[in-house]
Amino acid sequence: MFRKKQEEIEIEGRINAVPVSHPGRIVGVLAVLLVVAVVISDLFANPNYRFDVVGEYLFNPRILSGVMWTFILTASSMVIGVVLSMVLAIMRQSDNYVLRGTSWFFIWFFRGTPVYMQLVFWGLVGVLYPKIALGIPFGPTFFEFSTAEIFTGGVAAVLGLSLNESAYMSEIVRAGFQAVDPGQAEAGKTLGMSRQQIMLRITLPQAMRIIVPPIGNETISMLKTTSLVLAVPFAADLMYVTDAIAGRTFLPIPLLIVGGIWYLSCTSVLMVIQARVERYFGKGHDSKVQVDKNANIEVTASV
Amino acid sequence: MFNKDTAPVVRAENVHKVFQGKLHVLKGIDFSAMSGTVTTILGPSGSGKSTFLRCLNQLETIDAGRIYIDGCLTGYEERETASGTKLYCLTEKQVAEQRKRLGMVFQRFNLFPHKTALENVMEALLVVEKMHKDDAKDTAWAFLEQVGMGDRHNYYPAQLSGGQQQRVAIARALAMRPDIMLFDEPTSALDPELVGEVLSVMTELASSGTTMIVVTHEIGFARELSDQVVFMDDGIVIEQGSAEVLSNPENERTVRFLERVL
Ligand SMILES: Nc1ncnc2c1ncn2[C@@H]1O[C@H](COP(=O)(O)OP(=O)(O)OP(=O)(O)O)[C@@H](O)[C@H]1O
Ligand SMILES: [Mg+2]
Repeated sequence: MFRKKQEEIEIEGRINAVPVSHPGRIVGVLAVLLVVAVVISDLFANPNYRFDVVGEYLFNPRILSGVMWTFILTASSMVIGVVLSMVLAIMRQSDNYVLRGTSWFFIWFFRGTPVYMQLVFWGLVGVLYPKIALGIPFGPTFFEFSTAEIFTGGVAAVLGLSLNESAYMSEIVRAGFQAVDPGQAEAGKTLGMSRQQIMLRITLPQAMRIIVPPIGNETISMLKTTSLVLAVPFAADLMYVTDAIAGRTFLPIPLLIVGGIWYLSCTSVLMVIQARVERYFGKGHDSKVQVDKNANIEVTASV
Repeated sequence: MFNKDTAPVVRAENVHKVFQGKLHVLKGIDFSAMSGTVTTILGPSGSGKSTFLRCLNQLETIDAGRIYIDGCLTGYEERETASGTKLYCLTEKQVAEQRKRLGMVFQRFNLFPHKTALENVMEALLVVEKMHKDDAKDTAWAFLEQVGMGDRHNYYPAQLSGGQQQRVAIARALAMRPDIMLFDEPTSALDPELVGEVLSVMTELASSGTTMIVVTHEIGFARELSDQVVFMDDGIVIEQGSAEVLSNPENERTVRFLERVL
């Protein structure tokens, strides 16, 4: 209904028939519009929303720093999570059963326990191991440092989130790799390409096409999971900050709205990025790519 | 030691292949092909033709026998040890080096869908031959022209017909300048009206003196171009000879097979 009309060529006697009417649909649309109208009018009429407070805090420096931390936690956990998940997925397909088993165990463990519990654990590593030393077992020690120095709240939070994420994601990555026709790798082999070249240049880009949409999903999910880092404890993310301000000012509702607005904004940005990345890896699969600017031939072949 | 004119460029001795430890697919293949000749391999479905071709370029490992390319043992190195001759597996790099000598064209093309026709041909030139990008482009272009696909260089595989995809696939294999071209039923996945364009590219190749080993059901192609015809059935070579064999087969199973396909 809202789609832009395509330019049409002129033909004689073009059919211009009266469409079938849908009375049920009209009733449905009216009902929806009614509900929307009620909600909107309430937003303006109900003083408890305190939009003045929302406006006051929306760009508050503490809130902005919370947004930044939420974004940093999300981005770094996802980057580490994705890389690790690929390693896990590749290990999972290895001929060596130690690698395969390790990957299986990792996934079993980190998928099988609540992320909240894992975050609490990473926060407690300093208690468990006050000092971390690097050296040869039963041999000399090269480094030694206090765990608390390295394992700050931020590091523990990112570690917890990314390990948990990689366990989920590795299954997604594995499914993506399995969806690539084995004939692709064989074609690479017959051309003399090495295993790494085939992986990086042939298999991975094709798997990405399948992996990217669920990665987008996972990223958006991660954005919201960062609100759990309080468990570490890591007290700087958006959820924590809005909660803290709400507790101090006794104005929970407007601060919920502030948090909601920022989470939605971040999600929207991520959705735009996802759409771009999907288009990049969809190369060759988009049915209506216009190619060949030099040879001025246009194709609209469908796959 | 190795003389190209008198010694076969491909030689298989008593090749066996067993899948999953019990499915005996190749049961002792002896085969050889001279440089510059066209060999067609015919036989009923499931007789092991594809498997044999895949063994030649080491997409499958063989369970017994030896395969020599240009007199060189493939896949292994034979070393004398105290307890007699022993086979040592070649490294991945050495295998890749051996594979480069054989180009392969698949029934289902196996073009890289995320790369254009030109990029498909350029890929191995760039990463295997480490060619400079401009040189790779020129070379790839020339090979696309050779198969009549120059004007479609910017098309993705999904935008090409089956026949066009197969021609690009042939160009991709040729660009690596292999000594031997392997074709596994290159026209079987094509609509009948597209078979001709691929066969004509192959005919041109044959007349240019490329060593070709072709698994096909195109009897006409086999009759016209083969220097050697090999019939396989149930994992063994049941008959082989010049293209004449197609007219006067001796083996009764060959006769029955030809009656069915002609
Ligand atoms: N990877 C594999 N694992 C198990 N069995 C296999 C595998 N590849 C082939 N086979 C079996 O080996 C036998 C020979 O297969 P092959 O593909 O070589 O036959 P073909 O002569 O090429 O037949 P077609 O004319 O149908 O292509 C078949 O029974 C097939 O099921
Ligand atoms: Mg076959």
